[in-house]
Amino acid sequence: MLIIEDLQVELAGRMLLKDIDLEIRPGETHVLFGPNGSGKTSLLMTIMGYPQYVVRKGKITFKGTDITHAPLNERAALGIGMSYQRPPTINGLKTRQMIDICARRKVDAEEMARSLNFEDFLDRDVNAGFSGGEIKRSELLQLKAQDPDLMLFDEPESGVDIENMALIGNTIAQVLQKESPKAGNAKPVARQWKERTKMGLIITHTGYILDYVPADKGQVLYNGVLACAGNPREIFQCIGRLGYEECVKCTV
Amino acid sequence: MYSLEELEQKARQAVDKKATFGDDVDLDSFDRSFVPHKYLAEEEICAIPQEEQQRLIMSGLDVTDAGRGGTYFQKDTTVVHCHSDEEGIEVMPVTEALKKHDWVKEYFWKLVPVDQDKYTASAFLDLHDGYVIRALPGSKSIYPIQACLYLDKENLQQNVHNLIIAEEGSELHIITGCATSPHMKRGVHVGISEFFVKKGAKLSFTMIHNWAEEMSVRPRSVARVEEGGVFINNYICMKPVRSIQMYPTTHLVGDNAAAMFYSVIVGNPGSYLDIGGRIYLKNRGCRAEIVQRSISNGAHIINRGHLIGEAPDIKAHLECKGLLLSGGIIDSIPQLEGHVEGVDMSHEAAVGKVAQEEINYLMSRGITEEEATSTIVRGFLSVDIKGLPAPLKQEIDRAIDRSNKDAI
Repeated sequence: MLIIEDLQVELAGRMLLKDIDLEIRPGETHVLFGPNGSGKTSLLMTIMGYPQYVVRKGKITFKGTDITHAPLNERAALGIGMSYQRPPTINGLKTRQMIDICARRKVDAEEMARSLNFEDFLDRDVNAGFSGGEIKRSELLQLKAQDPDLMLFDEPESGVDIENMALIGNTIAQVLQKESPKAGNAKPVARQWKERTKMGLIITHTGYILDYVPADKGQVLYNGVLACAGNPREIFQCIGRLGYEECVKCTV
Repeated sequence: MYSLEELEQKARQAVDKKATFGDDVDLDSFDRSFVPHKYLAEEEICAIPQEEQQRLIMSGLDVTDAGRGGTYFQKDTTVVHCHSDEEGIEVMPVTEALKKHDWVKEYFWKLVPVDQDKYTASAFLDLHDGYVIRALPGSKSIYPIQACLYLDKENLQQNVHNLIIAEEGSELHIITGCATSPHMKRGVHVGISEFFVKKGAKLSFTMIHNWAEEMSVRPRSVARVEEGGVFINNYICMKPVRSIQMYPTTHLVGDNAAAMFYSVIVGNPGSYLDIGGRIYLKNRGCRAEIVQRSISNGAHIINRGHLIGEAPDIKAHLECKGLLLSGGIIDSIPQLEGHVEGVDMSHEAAVGKVAQEEINYLMSRGITEEEATSTIVRGFLSVDIKGLPAPLKQEIDRAIDRSNKDAI
């Protein structure tokens, strides 16, 4: 479980996030809406542990451990992972090698890449010259190899063409254990749902991801404040009709 | 054509001529007299002390000769082993070859001017030995020929002269290591290398330097590439050394000739490394690429790159990247010279540090800051060298890996 309490975050002396409270239980996936510059990416980077995001107040707890000031790699080791929107290129490091790093062992990269249709990129340098959609597939592949319990997705649909949207959407549903339950499973569906452990936090502008991932909760981040927790589809419709500003009024 | 008197006259006039670049080495303070060593049979090479073997392996010399097409092994001034397993490829000591074969004289001092500076002059006047490696027309080798120039005697100036000839349509790969014995500290290595890549031939030459802290090194090499020929020149130097100055030069004289220079340098405190690369593109369709990667852990590194386009439809690119890890200076000097319309020449140069953004990205995948940094540095050094046979490529990666472990 991820618990964020009364969190205040600064970047380069500027207050970005105020009074953030958030709780994600095992098996839950949350969706984060909000206009550009509202602090969505900052929240994800803070949870992941980027040192330039300085926590001024509040606490982040993951699986019962206080990680408010833990370094990036310790959070990764605890089971937090992130799919970035614009990750850096690492020259000379092959995607294949990166997958081994994520998995902490030697893995069959081809096998893992096949479902994401990414085999041809394994021998290319990580993110070097990748298109928007290729970056998303590469990030997902890394996340699959890392297999963390809490997955943070920063706009997984941006730059993805229609053809690949389904591939990415379905893969995210799969890693978050949000696929439609399969018939013929020995366990009843209710039990399968109950046994889900993966947690997700997804930033979306377009809402496309909702067509593939049945999210449990939606929240709007506006001017550094979390508002309007509720049904993700309803919130998305509200934003579409009335805009962010009107929409956050409902809870204020 | 070949006149020893004329060469000698020129050399004598240049004995005090300082080189254009690099610090001046006082050659008179070193010993150039011959050092006798016993010739070693193949099995005897395998029996040399473990510590020395390790130094050789670091420079690409495999004492077991496995995966090699032939071996040339010179210790100090003396050839201790020389043979070729590969049909169509000749490996000979240069002094012996000059006596036995008239054709060798056609290549001796034909590209490097004997009076370029005091180092070339000295290499002529006090030549110890060196190798002639020649691939006969049409012969193709997959396994590289290995050549090792080893220094054992304290305060020696080793003078070698190498001739490498890839005849028409041949393919030749050479991996050459220069190393000093574990106890050795001070010395000079002067190496003249002249490369002849004939029509349609392909030559790759990989040089791994593994010197001692008080060594001064002055290679002088020039290549000539004919129509459709390809010359790949790799250079790896990651160990402490007092000073290296070299500016290997290639003349692409035939249509569609190509040359690629790749260098990977790690400079340690107290090292002064002035390393360049110059390629003349003299005919239509010639291509050239220079890729330099250097890391300073406190060394003074100068990277020079010079591309000269003298014909239309040529394409040339220079890429020079430096990382300052812990002090030192990296001075990157790229130069492009276009002489006619229709040349396509470019360069990119960068000097910086390991990007925090990249470290963070890798750390978020679960590795520590130190692991992330060394992963990035390793990536930085792993240059994608094109056109090499797989075993040689792996060999280079291994050499980089091995040195990397010590250097970082």
